[in-house]
Amino acid sequence: MAIRRGRGVAAINYPTGMNLGGDPTQALVHSTPTGNFMVTLSSVDLGQGLKQIMAQICAETIGVPTDRVTIDTADTDTGPHCMGTFASRGTHRAGNAVIQAAKEARQVMLEVAAEELEVNASDLETDGQGNILVKGAPQKSISIFDVALSAHFKRGRSISGRGMFLIPRSYPEKETGAMKPSTCYAHACTVVEVEVDDETGEVTVLTVKNVFEIGRALNPKMVEQQLVGGSWMGISHALYETTEPYYPNRDHGGTDFNQYLMPGPGDLAQTEIIVLERPSADGPYGAKGPGEMCANPQIPAVANAVFDAVGVRIDTLPITPERILRALKAQAAN
Amino acid sequence: MAKVPVQFTLNGSEKAEFVEGGTTLLHALRDKIGDTSPKGGCHQGTCGACSVIIDGELRLSCLTLAETCGGADIRTTSGLAEAGVLHPLQRAFLDAFATQCGFCTPGMIMAAKVLLDHTPNPSREDVVEALSGNICRCTGYEPIIQAVLTAARANSQNAA
Repeated sequence: MAIRRGRGVAAINYPTGMNLGGDPTQALVHSTPTGNFMVTLSSVDLGQGLKQIMAQICAETIGVPTDRVTIDTADTDTGPHCMGTFASRGTHRAGNAVIQAAKEARQVMLEVAAEELEVNASDLETDGQGNILVKGAPQKSISIFDVALSAHFKRGRSISGRGMFLIPRSYPEKETGAMKPSTCYAHACTVVEVEVDDETGEVTVLTVKNVFEIGRALNPKMVEQQLVGGSWMGISHALYETTEPYYPNRDHGGTDFNQYLMPGPGDLAQTEIIVLERPSADGPYGAKGPGEMCANPQIPAVANAVFDAVGVRIDTLPITPERILRALKAQAAN
Repeated sequence: MAKVPVQFTLNGSEKAEFVEGGTTLLHALRDKIGDTSPKGGCHQGTCGACSVIIDGELRLSCLTLAETCGGADIRTTSGLAEAGVLHPLQRAFLDAFATQCGFCTPGMIMAAKVLLDHTPNPSREDVVEALSGNICRCTGYEPIIQAVLTAARANSQNAA
């Protein structure tokens, strides 16, 4: 009986969004009378940071500072349509819709500015600081604040835009069954080192080394935050979490946080994150969906590491001491 | 049911409320007084989201009866910032991106504050121990541990 060390590797391709009956998200953008921009969405921020990312995307597209943008996700009854923030689709789908809406709003904004400055709208550019300038003659300029006031109180124009991003439904080809379930994939590879006690079946994760390819990181610190948390969650799925440990038998399922196991701050493996940015062709500013992807490769990597350590294949999650000991017993019997 | 008068200080302000017997401090703070910084996660003392500081000690407000808090000095996360300036722990949590959905954050900050009040220069093990009663679903804990260590360093530099 001994503590045995193992190393496992796993790599994944993970689709951004889903494709059942088509996958749409709608966004509406309008300016307030003072030149701030409101983005109306039904896409919900549940902690992943969607509001921040949508504000960045809208600001970048219109050409204003991010703090001039407000994201309203208040009410799915009255807001525009979104399939929801799941399947790692929020940034990609809602972001594309926001770009489309913001482009339309920007065009109206430039048209109003052109009337005020008595120039052609195509000769105008934004400085990213809240002003519209004549290209090549930046001394001729107008603030977006004044443009919005003019649009509302003088010109009767609505600085607003509509966005709808749709990934259409993909049907399988009759002959081959081939289809295109997703247009955009994120990728990851994880190497895990574990120690397995072959007497108790207990697994200790020593190191988790992850490489994530996530398109362009629109907010690198928030990406890192999500990947670190996701890596931890992957280890948690691999070794700890389940609502039905003897599925389909419902007995012994955790009914509270004392019984539902997750690794706490004292159970952390040394974790490394490397981000590769390869901008996606159809993502907003090259982004992909890293959300769910980042919690997946750790699971097969842990299973492979356990196999490397003690020579048993556990194909049911989580990989509990009980399952390892039963597998070791079966192995010894053969 | 007869109501019980209870008076305590909350973040330095005198509070007086009538509560029904058996009312938890969490309920009194959130629904009577309107301080929603303590969160109700499990309501049975296993998640730490409702943590507050009572007379300098970390307490679970979901397991503390309001009527036992007469004369107590109660501190919550909403009272940490002074004159609009964030407490070093709040600043460190922001800078370390130690929060995602934010539900555990007030409890984490309370647990960290009690630690730093008693142990101004904690080791990583001290921080892990202090946070071990608080559950986080999003961050993987590492950014939170780093934030507490950063806040401790900032405090000791200010004190020096």
